Amino acid sequence: MTHDAFQTIIGLEVHVQLQTQTKLFCRCSTAFGAPPNTQTCPVCIGMPGALPVMNGKAYQLALRTAVALHCEIPRFTKWDRKQYYYPDLPKGYQISQFDLPMSQNGHLAISDPSGVFEPKKVGIIRAHLEDDAGKSMHDEAASKADSRIDLNRTGTPLLEIVSEPDMRSAAEARAYLSELKLLLMYLDVSDCNMQEGSLRVDANINLHLETSHGKVATPIVEVKNMNSFRAVERALSYEAGRQFELWEERHIQLGGPGGHKTTRGWDDEVQVTRPQREKEESSDYRYFPDPDLVPVITETDHVEEVRRNLDELPAAIRKRLESKYKITSYDTDVIVNQGRDFVDFYVTVAESCGDGKRASNWLQQDVLRTLKEAELSIEEFPVSADSLGDLLNRVSAGDLDNSRAKDVFSRMFNEQESVEEAMSALGIVKVDTSALESLCRELVTANPKVVADVQEGKSQAIGALIGQARKQNSNANPAEVKRICLKIIASL
Amino acid sequence: MSLIESTAAQLHRQLTSGNVTSVEVTQSFLDHIQQHDEHYSAFISLNVEAALAQAEDIDRRRASGKPVGALGGLPVAVKDVICTKGQTTTCGSKMLRDFVPPYDATVVCKLKQADGVLLGKTNMDEFAMGSSTENSAFGVTHNPWDRTCVPGGSSGGAAACVAARMAPLSVGTDTGGSIRQPAAFCGVTGMKPTYGRVSRFGLVAFASSLDQIGPIAQTAEDAALLLQALAGHDPNDSTSSSKPVPDFLRAINQPLVGLKIGVIREHFGEGLDDEVAAAVREAVHTYQALGATVSDISLPHNQYAIATYYVIAPSEASSNLARYDGVHYGFRANEAEILETLKQERDTATATNQEATGKELDSELIRMYQRTRSEGFGSEVQRRIMLGVYALSEGYASKYYLKALKVRRLIRQDFDKAFEKVDLIVGPTSPTPAYPIGDKIADPLSMYLGDLYTVSANLAGIAGISIPCGFSKTGLPIGLQLQAPAFEEERLLQAAHMFQQQTDWHTKRPSLKN
Amino acid sequence: MSLSRKEIEKVSHLARLQLSDPELDAMTAQLANVVEYMETLSGLNTDDVEPLAHASDISNVLADDILKPSLSREEALANAPKRDAECYRVPAVLGD
Ligand SMILES: [Zn+2]
Repeated sequence: MTHDAFQTIIGLEVHVQLQTQTKLFCRCSTAFGAPPNTQTCPVCIGMPGALPVMNGKAYQLALRTAVALHCEIPRFTKWDRKQYYYPDLPKGYQISQFDLPMSQNGHLAISDPSGVFEPKKVGIIRAHLEDDAGKSMHDEAASKADSRIDLNRTGTPLLEIVSEPDMRSAAEARAYLSELKLLLMYLDVSDCNMQEGSLRVDANINLHLETSHGKVATPIVEVKNMNSFRAVERALSYEAGRQFELWEERHIQLGGPGGHKTTRGWDDEVQVTRPQREKEESSDYRYFPDPDLVPVITETDHVEEVRRNLDELPAAIRKRLESKYKITSYDTDVIVNQGRDFVDFYVTVAESCGDGKRASNWLQQDVLRTLKEAELSIEEFPVSADSLGDLLNRVSAGDLDNSRAKDVFSRMFNEQESVEEAMSALGIVKVDTSALESLCRELVTANPKVVADVQEGKSQAIGALIGQARKQNSNANPAEVKRICLKIIASL
Repeated sequence: MSLIESTAAQLHRQLTSGNVTSVEVTQSFLDHIQQHDEHYSAFISLNVEAALAQAEDIDRRRASGKPVGALGGLPVAVKDVICTKGQTTTCGSKMLRDFVPPYDATVVCKLKQADGVLLGKTNMDEFAMGSSTENSAFGVTHNPWDRTCVPGGSSGGAAACVAARMAPLSVGTDTGGSIRQPAAFCGVTGMKPTYGRVSRFGLVAFASSLDQIGPIAQTAEDAALLLQALAGHDPNDSTSSSKPVPDFLRAINQPLVGLKIGVIREHFGEGLDDEVAAAVREAVHTYQALGATVSDISLPHNQYAIATYYVIAPSEASSNLARYDGVHYGFRANEAEILETLKQERDTATATNQEATGKELDSELIRMYQRTRSEGFGSEVQRRIMLGVYALSEGYASKYYLKALKVRRLIRQDFDKAFEKVDLIVGPTSPTPAYPIGDKIADPLSMYLGDLYTVSANLAGIAGISIPCGFSKTGLPIGLQLQAPAFEEERLLQAAHMFQQQTDWHTKRPSLKN
Repeated sequence: MSLSRKEIEKVSHLARLQLSDPELDAMTAQLANVVEYMETLSGLNTDDVEPLAHASDISNVLADDILKPSLSREEALANAPKRDAECYRVPAVLGD
């Protein structure tokens, strides 16, 4: 929401489940959806005597992400205990990072091709590695007010990515999340499935207002329970509006009386935020270094090696596609958002047909539509990038027109035929130029009314000739027919 | 000599030569325990059937010429703070009275692999917090030399069972002196190895950065035999060292030539019992007679060791014991009673207008946590949890916890400097011999001050051993503490063995009274 | 500065211990005594001293991401004070 009267200030905390086989501190599976309490061991249950050992893969995935987010990687990092009581937290503490996180001071660039906001860099305060809690489920079936605890998720590696409060609208927040998700997918560090909780978002939001007494800020609200990016956008728009109304009504300032931070949950059904009960003594976690774990020391050489080995990331790919294939930022966005395999497919098609724009149009319309209808991913797509390039190359050369090309494409997909096979099955052969010229002459001679109309400036009348040409020879390229007929009429 | 009177090394030779069977040895110790332990409470539980089955299996293998592990069928007692699969591991607490671990601690796996026969689990101060084994939910352990006295703690049962000849070998744990001090009180040999030398996996944590498992036995040679079986790297313990483990038994017979020992000036100050001081001085003379040179050394920050220890250990403990909340294992307070109490409180609150009192009522869940922990933990454990929570809480963490970590470094640096000059530091293990049961129970601080000579080895992570060096007039044993740099257990065992070759304090045994 | 009973009450809540009034009094007295002894640390200048959280100097202990068997559900729940066929059970978790 943009509003002249105030400025919205948003910071996001994103928790990402890292794609490891096993948990952060034990070797139980992290697979989603197993029956309750079948993926636990003494370590993740927090049984007396059990000790944690850090998963090296989780650390590497976290490091790769932090480097991609342009974070500084301190040489020394350690893990701390964050202590609170909750039944889904069997040790009585979460193993997290407090004063010396594994990475800090990074950024993520966001932009909006449709120009809703100016491109900007959102600061990353820190990204740190911690373990997840289990799940408490309220037992509604039983008459007794019990909760049931499933510890399968306990100990799953999470990367917590904390942004600076750099976003100024719900749209920017959504763009940040989309860009972050895309980056994580390109890095292959998380499946980012929000439904399964692989990516969770909490937002901190307040307003800055100009008043006759100078600048003031409204109390910060942490918004939780947002289960999709759309929900984030709506919740933040709603919350900005709510805070403004509340300000108008009661003038409560950040830090002033009643101006402490509060937590609200998004109700997606009713589309409002509601106050949430806060965990007790949330302010006194009594952090201290976990004596069961040892520090991790990461030398600069290793960080540089990780940086060198990063595959090309979305921002760079967008830049490359725009400059090399002369397509718009909107087009590159659509292509890059489909993932790395789709980008590779596009590049092959564009190279092979020599026309980036045509390749982009075909991929965005025909290919994406076909994939969607057939519920296929690009890796499963039966038409190879080379053969599609071949087809588009023939369109560029004038061997067939766009609409015939779509028929060919459709056969290539449905019958798994090559370009040649599909064309011959459809009886498409290139019409010889001299044959086409004589056909056009016949038509011009036979249609004096059309000729007169064209000469009077009604150039669209030429369509009638094209139609007749196609009736006589279905392979006649409409663009060619039009060009030749106009040339003949002009020479009359 | 009867089997139970023999040292582990003697029994080992007899077992290896086939003169006795492991079943015979195991049975004699079990008989002795069953005959006497009701008066001493050294054990919390016994594994009679499992032990005999294990012994039988070892005998069978030996008879058929198959390989037998390094402990060769010797019985071993294990402190009840170390997890044993399928057998209760109580930590001396009501909280874990019925806790049956689904896994074995690494040291238990190693003992089994070495063919040590697991006799049973020994009594201890609850969660290893205490220096007298009076804080056990399963009764006080009595000192075999004088039943009215404490055996020391927290590994009181582990030391008492060796002194009382109920086990030839015993596994204890030491967080601030919990092996060495009871070894001194009971007149046996007990070693705290270097931090990281023995895996902590399966040791129920008291203070993770200080806890270490170690051997208790009659002699240094026996301790070497047991340590050999316990020591070594464990991938399941991140703090476990990958330094190679030397052959302790081979090393022990090589006397130390040109040994330089240091005596800590500060250890002979206020609070040290005269008889203890005299016995320790005499022991120093023994070393001199054996060719060692003695010099005075200073550990200037030793005076802060108790304060440092009693900030760090409770801080870690308060966190380690947070998991005992009645949800996933262990004791849970009676829920019906909790509900009933809450209902009454709610009624009263409504009647007296809740807003006026300003107090919000606890949820049933919070009350369940509170009742479970208040009923499940004994008073010393509750005291230390409180102390630790306080030391880590907002506003106090930098004053207490962080400050203590800094002093901890100074204490370590003192040792580093001292060990540039000397090979070993020698002194008393405890300021006094064993004291009467009940003497210090009401005054926690006086109990804590008894750990004056032992806690700094845990803070610095170095190795220490206590060996018998005399008796008080009343017939209570006195312990001599030797301390060596990290990973110099070999040197400690050699020095202790030299001393025991020259003296006979370690051969004295109490006569048990029924 | 000595420990007040109010602080002890706050700490007991953080520690999830429920102490009766006499217990709170006794605890306050005993801990005040101990905390006063801790104060000896304040007399020592440690401005240039790095904290030592751990005596060992081990670092970078990282395990391979390879599955090992978990406990069976029966083994996992065997010690639970209250459970059903699948889960641990506790008095209702309120709030979210
Ligand atoms: Zn696990």
